[in-house]
Amino acid sequence: MSWLKKIAVPLLILTALAALVACSSDEEPSPTSTSTPTSEAATGTAAATGTAGAAEATAAPVTGEKIELLNVSYDPTRELYAEYAELFKEHYLFQTGIEVTVSNSHGGSGSQARAIVDGLEADTATLALSGDTDRLVDAGLLDEGWQSEFPLNSSPYTSTIVLLVRAGNPKGIQDWADLSDEGVGVITPNPKTSGGARWNFLAAWASVTESGGSEDDAKDLLGRIFSNVLVLDSGARGSTQTFIDRGIGDVLIAWENEALLATRDSDDYEIVYPSISILAEPAVAVVDDTVDDRGTREAATEFLNYLYDPEVQELIARNFYRPSDPDVLAQFRDQYPELKLVDIGYFDGWTAVQEKFFADGAIFDEIYQP
Amino acid sequence: MSALLRPADARQRPALRQRVFGRRRVLPGSGLSLGFTLFYLSLVVLIPLGGLFWKSTELGWADFLRIAGSERARAAYALTFSASFAAALINGVFGLVLAWVLVRYRFPGRRLLDALVDFPLALPTAVAGLAYTALYVPQGWIGRYFDLLGIQVSYSRLGVVVVLTFISLPFMVRTVQPVLLALEREVEEAAASLGAGRWATVRRVILPALLPAWSTGLAMAFARAIGEYGSVIFIAGNLPRKTEIAPLLIVFQLEEFNYAGATAIAVVLLLASFFTVGVINLLSRRQQRYG
Amino acid sequence: MASHSVGAALPSEEPRQASTSVFAEPAWVRLLLIVVGVGFLGVVVILPVALVFEQAFALGAGFYLDAIRDPDTVSALRLTLTVAAIVVPLNAIFGVAAAWAITKFDFRGKSILITLIDLPLAVSPVVAGLIYVLIFGAQGYIGPWMREHDIRVIFALPGIALATTFVTFPLVARSLIPVMQDVGREYEEAAVSLGASGWRTFWSVTLPQAKWGLLYGIILCNARAMGEFGAVAVVSGKITGKTDTLPLRVEKLDKAFDTTSAFAVASMLVALAVVTLVLKVIVEWRTSDHESGPGSPAREHV
Repeated sequence: MSWLKKIAVPLLILTALAALVACSSDEEPSPTSTSTPTSEAATGTAAATGTAGAAEATAAPVTGEKIELLNVSYDPTRELYAEYAELFKEHYLFQTGIEVTVSNSHGGSGSQARAIVDGLEADTATLALSGDTDRLVDAGLLDEGWQSEFPLNSSPYTSTIVLLVRAGNPKGIQDWADLSDEGVGVITPNPKTSGGARWNFLAAWASVTESGGSEDDAKDLLGRIFSNVLVLDSGARGSTQTFIDRGIGDVLIAWENEALLATRDSDDYEIVYPSISILAEPAVAVVDDTVDDRGTREAATEFLNYLYDPEVQELIARNFYRPSDPDVLAQFRDQYPELKLVDIGYFDGWTAVQEKFFADGAIFDEIYQP
Repeated sequence: MSALLRPADARQRPALRQRVFGRRRVLPGSGLSLGFTLFYLSLVVLIPLGGLFWKSTELGWADFLRIAGSERARAAYALTFSASFAAALINGVFGLVLAWVLVRYRFPGRRLLDALVDFPLALPTAVAGLAYTALYVPQGWIGRYFDLLGIQVSYSRLGVVVVLTFISLPFMVRTVQPVLLALEREVEEAAASLGAGRWATVRRVILPALLPAWSTGLAMAFARAIGEYGSVIFIAGNLPRKTEIAPLLIVFQLEEFNYAGATAIAVVLLLASFFTVGVINLLSRRQQRYG
Repeated sequence: MASHSVGAALPSEEPRQASTSVFAEPAWVRLLLIVVGVGFLGVVVILPVALVFEQAFALGAGFYLDAIRDPDTVSALRLTLTVAAIVVPLNAIFGVAAAWAITKFDFRGKSILITLIDLPLAVSPVVAGLIYVLIFGAQGYIGPWMREHDIRVIFALPGIALATTFVTFPLVARSLIPVMQDVGREYEEAAVSLGASGWRTFWSVTLPQAKWGLLYGIILCNARAMGEFGAVAVVSGKITGKTDTLPLRVEKLDKAFDTTSAFAVASMLVALAVVTLVLKVIVEWRTSDHESGPGSPAREHV
């Protein structure tokens, strides 16, 4: 059996050495290691403990049952859903006695929809726009009419699109039209893969058509803006990173929440609110096919319903999304300046938008000629 | 493809087996080892790749050409191939110098440096991408000097070339090194004794002898570079028609739900890979014969 | 022989001493070449590695330890090791079988077989991921059937292992073929004619000669398996704490603006790469000890 040794020993050594690198993490499971080192997560845990403590008296008996949920979401919601997963775990345990562990997957909204269609077993799809969720309907994973299953068109939070510039606004950017000036480096994700980028595109489009311009004028402006684009990432987070970490570009067309997150941590950036923008309504849905298969409908539904709870709405506002609860919104009013917004109805809904703007050979392909 | 699989059939049919294996064989295990090889090769490589080709036939010729030959796709191939070639060439020059230095000269730390040549094989490409991007941004350790010259490296085509140079380095050095080692000292000495200057010896004797290995190394570095994905997406900036490599275009097509489009581009890349590997094997066979 | 072993072990022969003047470049040329060659290696290889560690410890050792102890990172490490433990033995067995078939027998289509074995090295990893999505994805050829039977491939461990198997497929075979080619067939043929069985011949004649080549291939295969990014990214689904491998974890942390943690995890991978290199050097030393024997994996081009 010496041959066995000859193969097995080196393999063992390899594995052992590899494990050595990790041993510092495996050997000392210190109590702090269960929470991520980021401050956001710490807040989440604190908030979660608070919930459980406050209403201890009526807690459901712990059943010992465990379920797992997979929430598939878009790019910038990483922090929000990491925190919410903790909060929801406490809530659901308290309410039903069942321990639920939520895993999250993030990426460009379009890419994530594609992954679900390809078989990523999402219990909930919390994508950037209803148009992407509609693709799950096309694939037979989701029943039509999903958008009426939760309040407010299944949008527990909204956001809008703003412009993020470098401190002091050296290029003097005030509005959409300024993005087309020569020498302005623009960063935006790719509308073909990113939900945020599609909102970006539509907001800029509306700035022309709402102020009396024709569609040709709008095409012209968008064409010039996109000729200024320096980097086209596949998701909103990638673009934010390009602008902030890599220092590329003069202006980032960004989700308001991404922009607020960036300015909270640093004085190197300023937010410019354009004269008009778009009401971005990310939509949430329970993926019927998966939850029926896995028997997780109840937990998944509660996962989305609880998003409308005032306490969670506060968490949402702390992560810079616009809460749908009017009281919570009032409380965070300073964070969200009044802004003229059009909504997706202005463009006759996502089906029409997809066909007119973003399908193969549609307007985006027409104007985008780098 | 059936021609390729013939030896597998041969296992079951002794008559054919005689024809396939020309020479009389002494050693046992031809059926077992060849059978298993072909089985595993089919399972992991051939059947999946066949599936890819099959999928691409869902497109008609016209659609296939429209997608695989679109302006954006052509720009992506052009970048992939030109950047890979540039990286291979950079290694062809500096990698050759490095191989020469490591083989011919003795200096402190030579062994350590020799071991480090293989680092790109061992380092995950995502780490390479992360590190290179941070290194070559305008604030980075190296990027700041390029910035002074007004040259942007990260998020430009240059960045792609730079990171591909890293990825393909060992392929050039390790192909040339053994040949350098094996070069007959006598030949050089003979050249020298016949009155050739050192430079003439290098030019007339050493470099021609290295040429087969060098071109094999070049082709291998090139082949490795055209397939690279992980490191490039970090540093490229991924701007369509400017800094978008062909593999990334596949991912984009996939993310846009365009499966057929993704396979069309994949087939083009695959044919290029197949061709390059074929050329490498041809080159190295010739090198075997004449080198 | 039409196969190359990339980065194959070199005989650690001492470099030729440039003693006589006809044989040597002038001192300044030598110095220049050393500076250029070593400088190139420094800029291309050493600097990026140094940067990884500098960035990883940018916020101090405490932060670094927290970052690599993060449960999601630990689970990514576990997944990475699991994948390597599945993939490497499979490809090692294949490598031995393929090398045996190719080096010990003559048959038609051998060069085509060799080309096919080499192919995955040049195929973009993204294509590797794509083909498995096309086959096993919910919209794929057999995805729906597998789903009905509750078999998960894509976005789970099997898919990740399959994609990794594809990209690391030729590495062991490539390292073994030149070695076994060099050894020739005489020893085995002698053993067989003396009455040894096929297996016996393999275990006691072939393997001892080829063991370092095999080990070398295994090391390379293992390194690539632990570091694969493109193919795995396409099939993983990127579920935090579940289907993230270490390289994917690096990208994810980078995207979460947690640059320092990203570099900390990256430094774990660099450490694994260093381990790989050290093992490789050890193998090379052992090889050069045995250089007089028939089992040297060196000189495959000679």
